[in-house]
Amino acid sequence: MLFKRKIDLLLVLVIVLVAVFLFTGISSNWDYILPRRAVKMVAIIVTGAAIAFSTVIFQTITTNRILTPSILGLDSMYLLVQTGVVFWLGSGSIAMMNSHVNYLVSVGAMIVFSFLLFKWLFRRGENVYLLLLVGLILGTFFSSMSSFMQILIDPNEFLIVQDRMFASFNNVNTELLWVSIIIMGVAFLIYFPNHKYMDVISLGKDHAVNLGVPYEKIVQRLLVIVAILIAVATALVGPVTFLGLLVVNLAHEFIKTFRHNYLIVVSILFSVIALAGSQLIVERVFTFSTTISVLINFVGGIYFIYLLLKENKAW
Amino acid sequence: MVNVMNVWKHYGTKPVVDDVSISIPKGKITTFIGPNGAGKSTLLSMISRLITKDDGEVRIENQEIGHWKTEELSKKISILKQSNHIHLRLTVRELISFGRFPYSRGRLTEEDEDKIEQALEFVALQDMQDKYLDQLSGGQRQRAYIAMVIAQDTEYVLLDEPLNNLDMNHSVQVMKTLSRLVRELGKTVVLVVHDINFASCYSDYIVAMKEGRIVEEGSTEKMIEPEVLNSIYDMDIDIHTINNQKICVYFQ
Repeated sequence: MLFKRKIDLLLVLVIVLVAVFLFTGISSNWDYILPRRAVKMVAIIVTGAAIAFSTVIFQTITTNRILTPSILGLDSMYLLVQTGVVFWLGSGSIAMMNSHVNYLVSVGAMIVFSFLLFKWLFRRGENVYLLLLVGLILGTFFSSMSSFMQILIDPNEFLIVQDRMFASFNNVNTELLWVSIIIMGVAFLIYFPNHKYMDVISLGKDHAVNLGVPYEKIVQRLLVIVAILIAVATALVGPVTFLGLLVVNLAHEFIKTFRHNYLIVVSILFSVIALAGSQLIVERVFTFSTTISVLINFVGGIYFIYLLLKENKAW
Repeated sequence: MVNVMNVWKHYGTKPVVDDVSISIPKGKITTFIGPNGAGKSTLLSMISRLITKDDGEVRIENQEIGHWKTEELSKKISILKQSNHIHLRLTVRELISFGRFPYSRGRLTEEDEDKIEQALEFVALQDMQDKYLDQLSGGQRQRAYIAMVIAQDTEYVLLDEPLNNLDMNHSVQVMKTLSRLVRELGKTVVLVVHDINFASCYSDYIVAMKEGRIVEEGSTEKMIEPEVLNSIYDMDIDIHTINNQKICVYFQ
């Protein structure tokens, strides 16, 4: 029951971080500050969970520990939508100013894109690696289109776009937060009946089929769940998928097991710790002079290089 | 009974399995032999639904595999591929317990534990059960994978080149294990083997493939003959009977 003890340890850490984040450094105005911090905290927990969860699923499908769902090109799609809206409609347009409309457009674009991609792929009966390749190429294409438009637009307009390029928990809309929670809840409900197959799928396709997993059907469903989770999390706070790589691998190192019961829980806990910790540092140490994405990409990038070097040796 | 009827598989425009029909005899070791690229592995993968066939039928117990529920089929037929590398850090026992998935769906019962224990015993890996797969020698690892298939407890066991990369001693151990599977547990074993002497010494029935077609099939006695082997491999092969076993000499 070593796993249980480790999970408890992480849980305590999460609770401490949440408490520090919510209750320290307030001298007065409690009823103003506390609810705002609470919303931020809920957003951190929800997106952290979504990112970690979807990365675990994605790595299991691809049986690859150094991939993240960002290879599907969803974050590039998000940035393309943001840039495109500013480019054609201007930063004063309703799609940019009204966060509800912006959310709807972003989520819609990402989900439609991934569904078209999956549909085309599965009708041809291709394997999941072609999906990764196509996703990677389209993602690069979207990024290039975005950069192209960003160069052409007015520098002031670019500042608005730039603001969307980095994840931020500082002005999360409460209503959208609830909508996101509901969508993610639905995604989890769709996931749950497939949970029993996860350990077997991580053995790879041949073993999974041999052991009686309806592989194609389950993998399609899982990919749809991944797309929904990523789309919602990205539209809510901005692109943070890189975080998934960091936390899922930390989870693998921390509890050396293939069992998804534990892997998913531990990854989510690490994810919340990383986000809440980074947000604390951004707010209290750097006093907002940097963003949470910069911190996470910095730490995540170093860890990624370490992983690549380590992949040379069998683990 | 496994019946394969007029099965085709194309990669691009090139047929890799070209209108193949066979019946696999029950309760015996059937060996597929033939040169590289003859379509043996592809045929095995199609029989076990790992890859789809372009045309034709594969019937298991008189029912087309497409009409079987895949969950039920996994209690009837199992396959071990030649490149079965798993990227997870698993112990031998954990690997073998995956073989019980068709029955337990991940929650092992008393009966599952018994079957795992029997499988461990069958391949003589009890002492190694808590070792990780990457700590085992090639032969031990292959036996661990075979134990997973044994735990799956299917009537038909398909193995794609189970002797690949094993030395003589380990190869003999694996083949003896397979032969006991048939004699003691009454399973039907189908395998692809490249070493023709292993085919000769252990199989009951031999199917020879070449360029996607079956060129010859029959009992081992009938198949291990110079003319037959010459038509398969395009080389002269001397056959000597040593200790009542037909041994092929082809090294020079």
